[in-house]
Amino acid sequence: MDFRLTEDQRALRTGVRELLARLFDREALRSAVSAGRLDRDLWRELGDAGFFALRLPEAEGGVGLGLPEAVLVFEEAGRVLLPGPVVATHLAAGSVPGAAEGAVVVTSVDEGLVPWLDEADVVVGDVTGAVSVRSVDPLTPLHRVPGTGGCAHPFRPAERLPTTGAAEATLLTAAEQVGSAQATTDAAVAYARTRAQFGQVIGGFQAVKHLCAGMLVRVELARAAVWAAAVTGDPVEIAGAKLLADGAAVRNARDCLQVHGGMGFTWEADVHLHLKRAWVRAELGMTAARAEETVAAGL
Amino acid sequence: MDLSCTDEEEAYRARLREWLAATLPGLPERPDPLDWPARRAYDCGWQRRLYDAGYADTHWDASPTQRLIFLEETERAGAPYVGANFVGLLHAGPTIAAEGTEAQRARWLPPILRGDEVWCQGFSEPDAGSDLASLRTKAVRDGDAYVVTGQKIWTSHAEVADWCELLVRTDPEAPKHRGITWLAMPMDAPGITVRPLRTLAGSTEFAEVFLDEVRVPVSHRVGEENDGWRVTMVTLSFERGTAFVGEVVACRRLLGELARTARKNGTWDDPVLRRRLGRLSAEFQALWRLTQANVSEAQASGGVPGAGGSVFKLHYSHARQELYDAAAAVLGPDALDLGRDWTLDRLSSLSYTIAAGTSQIQRNIVAERILGLPKGR
Repeated sequence: MDFRLTEDQRALRTGVRELLARLFDREALRSAVSAGRLDRDLWRELGDAGFFALRLPEAEGGVGLGLPEAVLVFEEAGRVLLPGPVVATHLAAGSVPGAAEGAVVVTSVDEGLVPWLDEADVVVGDVTGAVSVRSVDPLTPLHRVPGTGGCAHPFRPAERLPTTGAAEATLLTAAEQVGSAQATTDAAVAYARTRAQFGQVIGGFQAVKHLCAGMLVRVELARAAVWAAAVTGDPVEIAGAKLLADGAAVRNARDCLQVHGGMGFTWEADVHLHLKRAWVRAELGMTAARAEETVAAGL
Repeated sequence: MDLSCTDEEEAYRARLREWLAATLPGLPERPDPLDWPARRAYDCGWQRRLYDAGYADTHWDASPTQRLIFLEETERAGAPYVGANFVGLLHAGPTIAAEGTEAQRARWLPPILRGDEVWCQGFSEPDAGSDLASLRTKAVRDGDAYVVTGQKIWTSHAEVADWCELLVRTDPEAPKHRGITWLAMPMDAPGITVRPLRTLAGSTEFAEVFLDEVRVPVSHRVGEENDGWRVTMVTLSFERGTAFVGEVVACRRLLGELARTARKNGTWDDPVLRRRLGRLSAEFQALWRLTQANVSEAQASGGVPGAGGSVFKLHYSHARQELYDAAAAVLGPDALDLGRDWTLDRLSSLSYTIAAGTSQIQRNIVAERILGLPKGR
């Protein structure tokens, strides 16, 4: 047993991080917020880089990697707040022509919500009667499909375990949450090391230090859960990983905002983008209520 | 990211599982948890069985993966925990194995493994708990011995111990982290007075230890004189890094037990309680995975666990307390019955966020050593 990343996995992570730094830096993030549209050039470049074809066999033009590698890639996507239905398009590669190359945008109905419906070329699931929602996240336009999923049925029976595809979507969404939780931890620590009050940097104050330490604990625990679930593929472990990753992303964003003080409450600070996306992702894949029920059923 | 075991490790697991199934039914009944001499005899008896069957060396000689398998299987089978041998097997032993001389290893390690000698921990003092480096118990060199005078507190298992891993100040002039030395002190030496402390659970698992000119041979020093702080950090990283591994497995077993009880007594129908158990189960599963991550890191860096142990302990100690609170919700009025293991364990768990470095100290360690935030108040 060696739970650490392999050399190849480390190289993959570094490569993806560098790629995303080039394709979607902070400036791109802020202009995406202003534009509110999906950047088709970016989508195609992600396709060229193998983002969507990652797990397709090499014979089908894919990269031939597995779920653990996909989890690492989506963690990086979550770190930079990459916009668009990346998980749905990734899962459609191989079945929807053009998805693997990034030529086609695929979204899916998930817990009664449909992200990026107007921009998508293909929708997985029934969107009859879908109505537009003024989305809390400026980088995730949302539609609601009446009568399905969501808060009306938080205690759905646990025997309804996710199918393989749904489980993978849940896990990759959880991986994005881990990336976001790491990003807000890094941002809080960086700010705490430079912002001075009372004649010293605020990171020297225990009250601030302890917030930051709590953030690291959450992200490390969630990451261990997500990585292990990617290795085992066990549906109960995936549900648990989503639960912890949602908690880490949402709570770390809030604590990051707190560390930033008044600055954190402004539109200019990126932390609200992390918090809002974390809220959206927490409603996708598997909600906390269902995840808790699923894990409980495994007891 | 590899969670699988080698064929050899799986064979070890199968052998161990078979041995446990054959051995556990023949064990004597567990003693009253408040009777420490009886507990010592029971715990050492169990350790002797492990030794005779060739399973005693897992704590410092086996590969980390094998150690995980050992803890996983013994807990899963409901085997006794290390108990009175905790300090010897998980603190003093690994420290002597890592820092001791050949002669010291030969003198102290086998009796720990055989369950012949029990150790206690003499670190904390009334004014040196969380601020451990402020300890004042002094040791003055006199020929081939140190003469030790001072007071220790929260000394676990002092009442029944043969040896004490003792921290003393050998250079009062040096900065407080320097002048400290690590000694192995025999508990039957003249000048030692042990006064048991009663915990809120009613147990006398720890004590105050008064030291009045106790002579400890210089050959009992582990590491160099005045280098005790570094040696201690090795001990503490074991304490925080891997000493709790078995307990995570135990928690997963306890949660399963709790779910069965809840299904039987009807509390499982309460969705709030059911979901609370679900969340705890997800947390303990993740803690187990985090353990595997920490062990993998430790294995790669030469066996000594790093500050990652603090990340683990921070979440674990709180989650375990929440587990007992959830148990109380399942048990209802039975949770008020001191005759139930759950009740006593719930009381004992109140120490988890204090012992082995409080949660507040652990957060400082995480913030300063991992996140690189400045030292401060």
